[in-house]
Amino acid sequence: MLPFLFRRTFGAIVTLILLSAVTFFVFFAVGDPALMACGKNCTADNVALIHQNLGLDKPLPTQYWDFLSGIFVGRDYSIGHCSAPCFGYSFATKQDVWATMVDRLPTTASLALGGAVAFLVIGIGAGLLAAWKRGTFLDKAVTSVSMILSSVQIYILGPIVLGIFVYSGVMDSPKYVDLTSNPAGWFMGLLLPWLVMSTIFTAQYTRMSRSTMIEQLQEEHVRTAKAKGMPARYVFLRYAWRGSLIPIVTILGMDLSALFGGAMITEFTFSLAGIGRLAIDSVITLDLPMVLGVMLFSAALILVFNIIVDAAYAFIDPRVRLS
Amino acid sequence: MTTLPTTEGTPAPTGSDPFLSVRDLHVRFSTEDGIVKAVDGLSFDLERGQTLGIVGESGSGKSVTNLAVLGLHNPKSTEISGEIHLDGQQLTGAREKTLEKLRGNKMAMIFQDALTALSPYYTVGRQIAEPYMKHTGASKREGRQRAIEMLTKVGIPQPNLRVDDYPHQFSGGMRQRAMIAMALVCNPELLIADEPTTALDVTVQAQILDLLKDLQQEFGSAIILITHDLGVVADTADDLLVMYAGRAVERGSVKEILTQPQHPYTWGLLSSMPRLSSDVNEALHPIPGSPPSLLNPPSGCAFHPRCAFTAEVAGGLCTEKRPALPDGRAAACHLGAEQRQTFFTEQIKPRLG
Repeated sequence: MLPFLFRRTFGAIVTLILLSAVTFFVFFAVGDPALMACGKNCTADNVALIHQNLGLDKPLPTQYWDFLSGIFVGRDYSIGHCSAPCFGYSFATKQDVWATMVDRLPTTASLALGGAVAFLVIGIGAGLLAAWKRGTFLDKAVTSVSMILSSVQIYILGPIVLGIFVYSGVMDSPKYVDLTSNPAGWFMGLLLPWLVMSTIFTAQYTRMSRSTMIEQLQEEHVRTAKAKGMPARYVFLRYAWRGSLIPIVTILGMDLSALFGGAMITEFTFSLAGIGRLAIDSVITLDLPMVLGVMLFSAALILVFNIIVDAAYAFIDPRVRLS
Repeated sequence: MTTLPTTEGTPAPTGSDPFLSVRDLHVRFSTEDGIVKAVDGLSFDLERGQTLGIVGESGSGKSVTNLAVLGLHNPKSTEISGEIHLDGQQLTGAREKTLEKLRGNKMAMIFQDALTALSPYYTVGRQIAEPYMKHTGASKREGRQRAIEMLTKVGIPQPNLRVDDYPHQFSGGMRQRAMIAMALVCNPELLIADEPTTALDVTVQAQILDLLKDLQQEFGSAIILITHDLGVVADTADDLLVMYAGRAVERGSVKEILTQPQHPYTWGLLSSMPRLSSDVNEALHPIPGSPPSLLNPPSGCAFHPRCAFTAEVAGGLCTEKRPALPDGRAAACHLGAEQRQTFFTEQIKPRLG
């Protein structure tokens, strides 16, 4: 297990370094970042000053090295020290990039994790129910509803939900409230975004868990469990469910980046200030330090969750544990 | 005009009620292509301490019959009629709860391929202990002790360590032993072994069969041994049932059937078996053709399209009338007793060497 984690972590670090290099050179080597940092009333003197402040007059590899080492040990600018992890300052807001991301993270994390919990619980729950009641009216109803919902995109469902619940005055407009100071407000503020974001995932996980359960129920070892006299519910929840976990976790691992994308669209739909919103805004305004920071940060998050998912295999399947 | 006898003859009466009695069992599956008559009117009896061998090609209904005894068919897609009595208790149409209490307890099954029949996700010990804990109410600790005891009994070395292994850490023969340990954990009175040795090499096969015999002597269980290998039944079973297309075509003691087989299908099975004593250059005699589709079984005797002796029966009886299986030692065939005797001695026996 440990060598496996070590190998995966090493791989993730290499990926991040490559990603940072590519992003850095694409954004900083093409065109003059100083012009973008300078703003509207830009004089030649200003540009020269910015060049000096940001170290843009140094050779590119040195600039990249400064950027990388800034993340780990901090970095000194002429305007002052930027402590580690330092991703520089935003061109648009002049704020510390890291501080801005940390500020926005709770919104996105709440949205993505809450949405994931919602679609895993509702989706898998409905899928198991349909598999348990296979062939009945309930099964057919669940299957058809999930078939329809799996084609409803966030940007279609979002405005409809806003129209029904918010503009009619039934609910307040979705917003992020700090979880620790007001849990109820946090929950109510994010309820609509969660539901909208998780709908399409819920539908997919319902269909997937139903079909893998039905497949597992036909496995020979499931029949053996029945032949031992184990009750049907026990066989279903212990034997068939255990086997279904592997395909479900596999798909979940692949869906992590889709989940982040979903959170991004949802933030936009409901005007929530999260990392996704920050990414889109900074790309539009060509806020290069922010773009670079957000990209590396979200890539790191996705890689970490991928490692967690891979490690989960070993807990689910003893055959993976040994090799 | 095709006439089908509705019931088969019954085995020779034994006085009291047999321990397991199957009467006129029909198992039908509805599929997209139509109704499959997997078992079509089967009857047999089995006493405690006895072993019944059921032989036949793949798809002859051997496994389906025994899954029906345990009630393991999906009730939604399967139609089962007829009677199965275990120790006087009616099993067909019994409630699921009733069957649950019997399965793994009074009746247990050993499946063919232990690799797929054991769950890869739980330890061997847990899988052996589970039915014991369920049926006897034993604690986890007692269950584990029992699992170690069973592993010792089936000859697994270092059972107190291996009990915590997963099935994939066992070799093929050990897995089959673990499977047997699991089936025997509650000392079942009826043990159904569905091709328990097919996936194993011959030396392990012999060990497993010896093990089954030993355990039968110890507990006096009744055993049904399903196989397509006549060599396996020869020294394990007492009685033999030859199945073809969902029906019994010959019934008798193992000795009777192996030395004086009466049905052309049994002749075919015996002639297609290699023998150590025969000349290595001599060709085997496989049964021509393949087992019939049970969606649309042949008219009359289901074996007639593959039978070499159809022409010997007057009036095209073989294609029109399904032969009945008379009581006791018998074969379901239109050939007369004398004809069978002649054909067997003149044509079949020389091949068997």
